[in-house]
Amino acid sequence: MSAASASSSVKSRGIAVLFLLTMLVLAVLPYLLSNYYLGLVIEILIFAVFAMSLDLLIGYTGMASLGHAAYFGVGAYAVGLLAIKLHWSVWSALPAALIVVALVAALFGLLALRTRGSYFLMITLALSQVAWGIAFGWRSLTGGDDGLPNLPRPELGAGWSLAGDRPFYFFVLLLVGVGVLLLMQVATSPFGFALRGIRESETRMQALGYDVWRYKFAAFIIAAVFAGLAGTLYAYYNRFVSPDYLGVFRSAEVLLMVILGGAGTLVGPAIGAAVIVLLENVISAYTERWLIVVGTIYIMVALFAPNGIIGFVRDFRARRVKS
Amino acid sequence: MLLFLLASGLSLIFGVMKILNLTHGSFYLLGGYLGLVVLQKTGSFILAALGASLAIALIGVIIERFFLRRFHLQQLPQVLVTFGFLFIFSDIATVFWGANPQTMPRPEFFAGSLQFAGLYYPTYRLFIIGFGLCVATFLWWLQDGTRVGAMLRASVDNEEIARALGINVSLLFTLVFGLGAFLAALGGVMGGPILGVYPGADFEVLLLGFVVVIIGGLGSLKGALVGGLAVGLLDNFGKVFFPELALFTIFAPMALVLAIRPAGLFGRE
Amino acid sequence: MIALSVSDISRNFEGVQALAHVSFEVASGERRLIIGPNGAGKTTLFNILAGSYAASSGRVVLFGRDITRLPAYVRARLGLSRTFQITNLFYRLTVLENILLALQAGKGATSPVLRLLQRDRALLARADALLEQWELSDFAKHAAQDISYGQQRQLDILLAMAVAPKVLLLDEPTAGLSAVEVPRVKAVLRSLPRETTVLMIEHDMDVAFEFADRITVLHQGRLLAEGNVEAIRNNAQVTEIYLGSD
Repeated sequence: MSAASASSSVKSRGIAVLFLLTMLVLAVLPYLLSNYYLGLVIEILIFAVFAMSLDLLIGYTGMASLGHAAYFGVGAYAVGLLAIKLHWSVWSALPAALIVVALVAALFGLLALRTRGSYFLMITLALSQVAWGIAFGWRSLTGGDDGLPNLPRPELGAGWSLAGDRPFYFFVLLLVGVGVLLLMQVATSPFGFALRGIRESETRMQALGYDVWRYKFAAFIIAAVFAGLAGTLYAYYNRFVSPDYLGVFRSAEVLLMVILGGAGTLVGPAIGAAVIVLLENVISAYTERWLIVVGTIYIMVALFAPNGIIGFVRDFRARRVKS
Repeated sequence: MLLFLLASGLSLIFGVMKILNLTHGSFYLLGGYLGLVVLQKTGSFILAALGASLAIALIGVIIERFFLRRFHLQQLPQVLVTFGFLFIFSDIATVFWGANPQTMPRPEFFAGSLQFAGLYYPTYRLFIIGFGLCVATFLWWLQDGTRVGAMLRASVDNEEIARALGINVSLLFTLVFGLGAFLAALGGVMGGPILGVYPGADFEVLLLGFVVVIIGGLGSLKGALVGGLAVGLLDNFGKVFFPELALFTIFAPMALVLAIRPAGLFGRE
Repeated sequence: MIALSVSDISRNFEGVQALAHVSFEVASGERRLIIGPNGAGKTTLFNILAGSYAASSGRVVLFGRDITRLPAYVRARLGLSRTFQITNLFYRLTVLENILLALQAGKGATSPVLRLLQRDRALLARADALLEQWELSDFAKHAAQDISYGQQRQLDILLAMAVAPKVLLLDEPTAGLSAVEVPRVKAVLRSLPRETTVLMIEHDMDVAFEFADRITVLHQGRLLAEGNVEAIRNNAQVTEIYLGSD
């Protein structure tokens, strides 16, 4: 076994251990925390998946998107509409919602992937705003500004209701855990590897024989589906869906989570999600000026830590090794 | 026409410095608010328009000089910085002027309307169209007919050589950014009497600006003009006939342009 | 057998005629040098052959198959591989990862297969072997941007070779290399399998004449002369266009 493969299997074993430990800790939390803090952890888990899905686009494929909340919102609205208007159970509503998200992402992707760089940035924003416009304007369907209230917590059948926070927490933990595992699998697969190559040099990848467009399209849809998953969970958690699930601010927030945590690392964005969710909760208790705080964090990150927290830690360790 | 003022600044900044300026929406918004303040204090629309636009231009220059110049050609940090300022300014505006929309009175000179071919056109709107055309002509002259324009085009083509030739590229870039901000703010002030000045205008106008630039092509003045007209017309059209799907009427042509000519009608890359 | 056939290729860019009615054929296994002064259209020709952009007119045929309209990645899969005039690597990835990406493409694993990369021992073994052969093993874990320019140039060629191409386009492989670094690249060139058809653009005349079976000379977008090394060396026109330049 060569040196290269030896070290990488050590690495993957380490990651597996870390993952299991984290899951164990998270599984124990409901017995230690009050409902309020448990709710925070639920939010962190949901946004962690959301941020990690965007990392697949930004950190891996190198496609910076300003409209990722579109898929978060479409997932939420899909599950909301199916549950409220058609009374579908979570077993059918959730998968159906994900399919809807995939279809929307396919449509948006076909358009957006005609471009790259700054154009792509603008298109993704514009497309998500179109989705927002529909959610906001089509009152008869989506309730417009009022949103969709009274979305019931899922009933799993056989009397298992997730109305209580603790059972719902485990539901979220399970789905998020599976989602994260899948995302990690995609990222470390030959497919994910090719995405990283695309980020570095599309032309070289083409010259090597990779159908770059198809990879980007697939990455776009996969990222959207996981964002949609996060959206459905958030809808069930809040029992409510509104247009700002799709809004610019939501897209901006998740982008910040990715950059703050460290793009391209998958675990970084999860940390970024935790930081932003906690910060927002703390700061909102003192002031309404959360937007200014977010804006300032954006600028700070750009100036001082463009590689995010993970990048910062890596640089720090590298510098220590040198001295 | 208002969209042209906004989009031309965006397009200019991108065409010259390759910066996608998300703060542009803020320039429009703050331009409107500051213009309102000056108008209320002095009663002079001209003073409001000029004063507010110059002030915003100054803010733009400061942002470029201290926050953007260091990230030359690095897209992601630029996005972060301009996005950050967009949010900060948005909130600051809410702090100072509250969450309610404000109205701006029309300048007296242009009150009333002209009758033309059986239809009434508000004089002010005609003025805006005329003014927009003047600005377009001025910008076109600046780009093609002056030494500054030539230096600018040289810097865009090959920055290293331009610098080697002694052209102060950094200064030029800063001035261009300031000009872009000026135009956006001017749009904000002039749009005030028609659209009002309200929170959220920054995001709305930024989005419309994007659509204009997507359709017309980044970096092209002609594109900004044509795109601005097209989007403006379509937006109004949509609001009248399909109010429930308001954004859809600009989505369709945008999608069409993307499908056929992704670089925009007159785009260069 | 004719590996590559170029018929009446022209290309203009907004009024500038970069290539005009260029035609030639390259036999299978041949070493063909493309030379000419700067601006002759050599890299444009390569870009058209590789599919980076389309010709304004004319045809390109690869082993009997018309590839004129095919996108770059399809040509690559048909066996046409290229290097770049300006080194084009995956800079933030390690040297090992660069090679792995090239090898992974060659395997035909180009559809989204959700396997675990680390488990593919065969691929890793091949990568290790390649690195060993070219004395880059010590640098396997280095980022491509951290190795020397000569090594980067070498890696650029290795990436193109890793997919075992039938036709290889080498764009100025020794460009920018110091005298110490050139032998390393020359060694790579000499190791190319005889069955591989090679087209090479080169300014270094020693490398060119040593390596070539036949030479095609381009000048101002047109084919000026074609023949073996002797013929070109003694060609008065060719000497003339090079006098004073280079």
